[in-house]
Amino acid sequence: MPSSQNPLTFQQLVLRLQTYWAEQGCVLQQPYDVEVGAGTMAPETFLRVLGPKPYRVGYTQPSRRPADGRYGENPNRLFKHLQFQVILKPPPVNVQELYLESLKAIGIDLLKHDIKFEEDNWESPTLGAWGIGWQVMLDGLEITQFTYFQQCGGIDLDPISAELTYGLERIAAFLQDVDSIYDITWVVDSDGRAIKYGEIRLQDELQFSVYNFEWADVEKAWKHFELYEAECKSVLSRISANLATLRKGVGSIAPEIHEIEIKKGTEVAIRCLGGPLLAAYDLCLKCSHLFNILDARGAISVTERVGVIARVRVLAVEVAKLYVQQQDAEEKLWETRRAEAEEVRRRVADIVAR
Amino acid sequence: MPDFLLEIGTEEIPARMIDAAREELARRVTDLLQRERLGDAPAVQSYSTPRRLAVLVSGVASAQPDVCEQVTGPSLKVAYKDGAPTPAAEAFARKVNVPVDALGKITTSKGEYLAATVQKKGRPATEILAEALPKEIAGIYWAKSMYWRGKSAERFVRPVRWLVTLLDGEVVPLEFAGIRAGHTTEGHRILSSGALSIKQPVEYAATLATGSVIATASEREQRIRKALDAATRTIPNAFWREDKTLLDTVVNLTEFPSVVLGSFDPEFLSLADEVLVTVMRDHQKYFALEDAAGKLLPHFLAVLNTSGDPDGLIRHGNERVLRARFNDARFFWNTDQKIPLRDRVDMLKSVTFQKDLGSYYDKTRRVQKLSSLVSEAIRNGGSPVRPGIAFKAALLCKTDLTTELVKEFTELQGIIGGLYAKVQTLDPMLPPATVEAIGDAIYDHYKPESMDDTVPRSAEGAVLAIADKADSIAGMFALGLQPTGSKDPFALRRAANGIVKIIAEHKLPLPIAKLFADARAEYAGSEAETRFKHDFEFGSAVGNFMRERLEFYLRDVRGFAYDVVNAVLAAGSDDVVDVIMRAEAVSEVRGSEDFASISVAFKRIKNILRQAHESNKAIADQLDSAALTDDTEKQLAAEIPETAATVRQLREQKNYADALAQVSRLRQPVDAFFDKVMVMVDDERVRANRLALLRDLLNEFSTIADFSEIVTEGKTA
Repeated sequence: MPSSQNPLTFQQLVLRLQTYWAEQGCVLQQPYDVEVGAGTMAPETFLRVLGPKPYRVGYTQPSRRPADGRYGENPNRLFKHLQFQVILKPPPVNVQELYLESLKAIGIDLLKHDIKFEEDNWESPTLGAWGIGWQVMLDGLEITQFTYFQQCGGIDLDPISAELTYGLERIAAFLQDVDSIYDITWVVDSDGRAIKYGEIRLQDELQFSVYNFEWADVEKAWKHFELYEAECKSVLSRISANLATLRKGVGSIAPEIHEIEIKKGTEVAIRCLGGPLLAAYDLCLKCSHLFNILDARGAISVTERVGVIARVRVLAVEVAKLYVQQQDAEEKLWETRRAEAEEVRRRVADIVAR
Repeated sequence: MPDFLLEIGTEEIPARMIDAAREELARRVTDLLQRERLGDAPAVQSYSTPRRLAVLVSGVASAQPDVCEQVTGPSLKVAYKDGAPTPAAEAFARKVNVPVDALGKITTSKGEYLAATVQKKGRPATEILAEALPKEIAGIYWAKSMYWRGKSAERFVRPVRWLVTLLDGEVVPLEFAGIRAGHTTEGHRILSSGALSIKQPVEYAATLATGSVIATASEREQRIRKALDAATRTIPNAFWREDKTLLDTVVNLTEFPSVVLGSFDPEFLSLADEVLVTVMRDHQKYFALEDAAGKLLPHFLAVLNTSGDPDGLIRHGNERVLRARFNDARFFWNTDQKIPLRDRVDMLKSVTFQKDLGSYYDKTRRVQKLSSLVSEAIRNGGSPVRPGIAFKAALLCKTDLTTELVKEFTELQGIIGGLYAKVQTLDPMLPPATVEAIGDAIYDHYKPESMDDTVPRSAEGAVLAIADKADSIAGMFALGLQPTGSKDPFALRRAANGIVKIIAEHKLPLPIAKLFADARAEYAGSEAETRFKHDFEFGSAVGNFMRERLEFYLRDVRGFAYDVVNAVLAAGSDDVVDVIMRAEAVSEVRGSEDFASISVAFKRIKNILRQAHESNKAIADQLDSAALTDDTEKQLAAEIPETAATVRQLREQKNYADALAQVSRLRQPVDAFFDKVMVMVDDERVRANRLALLRDLLNEFSTIADFSEIVTEGKTA
């Protein structure tokens, strides 16, 4: 008994959610292309919720959790599942109503169903992030995690953001009334044939289960982890030093900013506000994913485990801290020293051109 | 007198917090009214749903009563000079708004002063409430709160979205969280459309009812109970499993509850009941159905937050979820059997027990050895136990932490291990009854989870449960992580309470100090030990902690009077069973006249010895019979060794009733002694000797209880 006459295909479900949230003023982003364990880890959430700038975004995010892989044998569990992630910063007062409207948009007649907001607070020790919220239950099924972020990367958020995470497979299986994720109709092709989720994703599940549980070379994975960590750290420390220089420039002796001697380091500092922080964050995500693989391989001992999580958190917290500093620096550059900044940028451009 | 209504409209409050918050809000409002003299005995009604907390008070004063106050001014000497009022008098007159010549005077012990009677006008209720309520709202306690309007703005459990504050038909103008209070409230999220206006406080519940909200929690409970009954009646010979905790939860998850009956494939009944019930109750918040014999039926009841399920979609959806959950459970159960528990012991090396105490593998090894020592102690004490069963159970007891089923249903730890042990061939040499016993011991080893929970069924289960808990307590204490105040993150108090309860109910001869010395010794040479703290004495820290837990058990669980508890614990707290026997015996004689007299005498003896000690008066090392002068003194001295020998013998036999009867025979000679003899005489030899007599008396007869702790009415030493 499907919940409506013509239930949405998986593809339509994504499209409807995108359309609905676009109408609410969200930027529609594309899935992030580095492995993440949850939509929250994509920079569109982790970084954008920091600092004062309002932002609204929606995106589908494949989330990889190596330990959750089941070789495609379990009808409800996946190594890689898809989330639709919405960030509303700051949350409007009618955020719950907007959310309920989105359910109508995907064909759920709320008058015919039972909906409850049950306490469920979210926390990610790896990201130094937590929030207060609910799991949204529809006829006994958890379909969305609804969180008011309070802290991210160890930083108190101001303003806070509302994060809505829709579990797409669960919702599609509910709408289509199928018992296995693999039986979800992804799309109906031009011949009227239903293309199933399994056809598109089963190999993915099977092969990555084999790799993550059996083939992944523990020693090399550790090496990768350490290389990414080392690179991330060195990038972060350069950015940190540059930002300190830049802060002097745009802060106390700001009027003299154009007098700063343009040398190699400073040039970079001014060109991208201290350095390529987004690249550093990618390196941090790589570490997180490698940790998950090592964990799935059973390669992390008890004594190591807490320590490795802490190593990733150190990176994430540093990224968050520097991101806020970049935002501050940019704010100052643009608002109080616009002319000076442009002058500097022009001169930098000249030098680069020469 | 007007009625007052306050409603705080919020986003969904966690169910577990609602009842306490509703009570607190009602208390805060009544306290406020009382404090501000806005009504003597107002009638209070409180309401709550997931989206609102409200309080309705009838009989509120519309203003504080006016009061007459006597105000004292300057002294007459200062107020008049040569019969004319001074500037001081005039200033006072202006302050109290009375003409100078109309001022009165009062006479005090210090002389005569100017005085005036001032009428103080009471402030209107509206004004006071508008000023004070925001603070009261902000003050409500939440176990976990949030901010949503910026870091420095108010915190509350969830965002506040509307406020209603009415004094009769008038809005009390106040603001909280940037929201101005008004007449307007919200109905049910889905069933009601648009805002509802409340005209009068008394119409609150009726107005909400028009918006499909039942504002009174108890009314929702009644409604749910009736609906559960009605749905159950459609199945022959079925009963829904009473579950107050679950009922309270669903009452606080709904504004307009109804119930649907769902079914599942009877084939799932082959899964363990524990698994079925956990999924239904803990995960899905469903009520289970059973037959008259308590056997589960393939049905469940879901409580909805809507008016009904006309198309059957909700029932269908819930059945679908449950089917997936049960399928998962069955899948996990079958997967888990591929690796039997005995092959999972090594896997525990990668499961953390506590970051500084190592893995569950390390814990398993310690608990195994400790189980043997506990078994041995119990056996030596003459209590039957099969050490081999406890030892084998200890090896496997934590292995279920590596299973898929426990990862999914963590609350079933232990239980799953017990069930698996019984279905797996642990060792082909073991007779089935032994396997059964091992399974039961594993199944029960987390028990008791609370003071209301039962203790492990078998002696072996008891041994394992004690060893497991003692190991945790010893490790945490050694790391310096003992509970402080309300902080007990590792639930060590619960573990310790559990140990006391198990020893008491199984009547185990198990000395506490030795248990913990053994538990601590199992850490010797481990990596964990390098992290142990050394700035305190382990034995006494654990000893005090366990004594506190024993005291709690005797008083709060067994209901012994606190003075009896103090008295028996003062005479030793190492042997729980013995402590309880002594407490029972002392409770028996506590009211008797002889004992009242004895406890008075013992208090007196203690005082005398303390004073002697404080004033450096010598006490003879040995009683010298030759130095006894008075007859009553001689009689007492003669009585002590004789009675003491009998008491000692009876105490050894744990015949405390007779022992105490012997002690009560001392009443006559002791009373006679105090009537006739003066202890603190000037003659040093006589005094030292008498003090020695009292000391011997106290020492000999305080081994069952410190009688001086017993509270006696109307008699003081």
